[in-house]
Amino acid sequence: MQIGRRAPWRRRFRVDLSISVATYCRVLHQFNVPDRLHVSEGPPETRPPETARPAALSWPKIDDYAIVGDCRSAALVACSGAIEWLCWPRFDKAAIFAALLDREKGGHWRISPSGPSSVIRRYVPDSNVLETHFSTPSGSAVLTDLMTGGFNRFRLKEFVPDHEIIRRVRCIAGEMEFDIDFLPRAFYGKSPVRIRQIGKLGLQFAVGAGVYWLRSSLSLSVTERGDAAHARVLLHAGESLHFSFSYAEESPSVLPPLDGVDPRIDRSIEAWRDWGHRANYDGRYRDPVVRSALALKLMSYSPSGAIIAAPTTSLPERIGGDLNWDYRFCWLRDASFTTRALLELGYWDEANDFLEWMLQATHLTQPELRILYSLHGHIAPVERELDHLSGYQGSRPVRIGNAARDQLQLDVYGEVIDAAAQFAFHGGNLDHDMQRVLVGLGNYVVKNWDQPDEGIWEPRSGRQNHTHSRLLCWTAMDRLVRLAERGMLRHAPIERYKQNAESIRRQIEDRAWNESLQSYVSVLDSDLLDASLLLLSWYGFAEAKSPRMKTTYRAIRKTLGTPNGLLYRHLQSIPEGTFAICSFWEAEYLALGGGSLQEARDLFEHLLKYANDLGLYAEEFDATTGSALGNFPQAFTHVGLIGAALSILQREQGERQLAHRPPSASHHGGAQEKL
Amino acid sequence: MNWTSWLFSGFLATLALSTILSASQGLGLTRMNLPYLIGTFFTPEREKARIYGFAAHLLNGWVFSIFYVLVFENVRLAAWWFGALLGLAQALFVLTVGMSLMPGLHPRMASERLGPATDRQLEPPGFMALHYGYQTPLSILIGHAVFGAVLGALYHLAV
Repeated sequence: MQIGRRAPWRRRFRVDLSISVATYCRVLHQFNVPDRLHVSEGPPETRPPETARPAALSWPKIDDYAIVGDCRSAALVACSGAIEWLCWPRFDKAAIFAALLDREKGGHWRISPSGPSSVIRRYVPDSNVLETHFSTPSGSAVLTDLMTGGFNRFRLKEFVPDHEIIRRVRCIAGEMEFDIDFLPRAFYGKSPVRIRQIGKLGLQFAVGAGVYWLRSSLSLSVTERGDAAHARVLLHAGESLHFSFSYAEESPSVLPPLDGVDPRIDRSIEAWRDWGHRANYDGRYRDPVVRSALALKLMSYSPSGAIIAAPTTSLPERIGGDLNWDYRFCWLRDASFTTRALLELGYWDEANDFLEWMLQATHLTQPELRILYSLHGHIAPVERELDHLSGYQGSRPVRIGNAARDQLQLDVYGEVIDAAAQFAFHGGNLDHDMQRVLVGLGNYVVKNWDQPDEGIWEPRSGRQNHTHSRLLCWTAMDRLVRLAERGMLRHAPIERYKQNAESIRRQIEDRAWNESLQSYVSVLDSDLLDASLLLLSWYGFAEAKSPRMKTTYRAIRKTLGTPNGLLYRHLQSIPEGTFAICSFWEAEYLALGGGSLQEARDLFEHLLKYANDLGLYAEEFDATTGSALGNFPQAFTHVGLIGAALSILQREQGERQLAHRPPSASHHGGAQEKL
Repeated sequence: MNWTSWLFSGFLATLALSTILSASQGLGLTRMNLPYLIGTFFTPEREKARIYGFAAHLLNGWVFSIFYVLVFENVRLAAWWFGALLGLAQALFVLTVGMSLMPGLHPRMASERLGPATDRQLEPPGFMALHYGYQTPLSILIGHAVFGAVLGALYHLAV
């Protein structure tokens, strides 16, 4: 992989997600609540223009949201300028704004033009600072949203609120009237709050152990019941409004003066840019790769190094359905892909923190691993349903906690061991404790690899002998042998690992290969297919261009592919959306030798069109319209995007791909490939 | 006056006060972190402020206990219940007068009248420290009552 700044000749090929008109959205506001009019030239199935509807009926689309965060918590901001999701002080705590899941009860904080307007959004380039540009016949204005405190260096020498959202509205031409509606609701909209005006300090309310402060440069009227605050204000060109909404569980809390908002926004932009510019990627897809890295950073929990799957719960995988899960936890399944993305982009601190979190978090259950853990490494909470919420567009139930915590997924052992191996092969040091943990995990795999499990897709229908789980058990054995042979792992029973690796290989080749389908299958001795079979090449089990993988790929595309080039993860009786990361796996499979470089690029660039106007992805795409489905934004999808981009670049430059795999699996080292 | 006993009982009483206030925060009775509040007199750096504040609070409680001991000696009564009464009286004074004076005394504390400024960003405690949680007065009253009771009981043993 090339290190350094991007080459000037490549710039013209870049897909600039931050300013591309092709992916902009416009929003019509009518009365209180906006509706969206897309002018996107994105996927051919782009949603048609909609007409504005009454407030109570109107839902933003899932990809109408943007994310801002502080690496401990996140807020989702709709195109309308409404914050509709916010959990403080951590991703997995109760939401204070949850209109995302219930328009009436959830609570929101809206700053938007009083009348109809069009909207264009962007992140300030290479940052996580959001700008929403409103235009009306009378003028235009910019709403800037960010959360401060994402970088610890700000916290050392001065007062910084524990958690803070800054919002700034600046009228840049003509005049524009704005409505501000502040409706916080405690415990996912279950209880109202009691807002008090405290002199010139601002509005204050307490929920549980925490205190919230809203400070603003204009006076907000608190309702008689004290559960909301409102204002309407006319701004002229050059005028601004400033807001600071903060949270603390310790007093005295910090109440930053509003006259310092502008420099703090500038400083936050600078800090994000410093971080974004460190991305060690010099290819043609730099903008989407950096946007994905920035999104991934927002989903990291800096106190522990954990990375959550997504900052939301219960955004549906099927509109109106019950496939609604809480993703505000850390899945070990994502470990290998995430570590690869962080290491190869040069984010060593984050990779190191993530690996340490993984090995420390799992300490209490080792050598057994759960499939998901909380931010501080506890077993994820028991799943509960929030009956008082309507769910996104009626998709019920809304769940918090996750019952998958009790599932058995043998693939996670391979994921964790492969992540550690990548770290070591990139030059990281595995200390004595880490080595001991890895050997313990390896010994567990030796004893249990031939057990049935729930598998990577976490069905709640029982256990089977999943090929993907076998693949990752083979990966575990292979990587441990490789580490031991390089002197990076002591006291490992290498011969036993080698024997088990060979046994697993034989079983996959014999029982996971279906002669009549000419394809590997997802469950041993079956005729079922799933997209995780593409990973046989990713982990180095089979060459991407081997006959068996090529026919498997054709079978997957034929069975799970959609006419618009997307991919289901597996077939279901009631179809869900197509699975975003599976499509990026497909692009990466092509880049690894399963297809030509141009085929890999074409698919990758096709997938870029399915991002929202800000370059963010959910877990799934609607197979027909391409709309986002599932929790949003989704770390796994962004990791998939980065991985595919890296493999395409490595193939372009003739570099060895996925260097942690067996050497025989890497075929594109050496000569640079040009198309 | 028994100086050794004052040093010993004053130190233990201050530890008891610190423990109760810290436990009150941990149990969610109050958000008030007294060491942090005191420490920010000296520095805006959060971690340093906690350490400085804890040391200052310990020293402050120790020194302040001498006034309790002087009262014990003057009225010739050193008992746990009398110490507790003195503690309650002190807590009432702190809650009503001390807390309302705090924005004027603390160099980094904002006031309700003027709002925050660049050099004054800390949330003031408000009347009876209610801005820090509605049960804050209770924890301060209990903490100081225990402070006085421990001091009275231990000093009683020495005299």
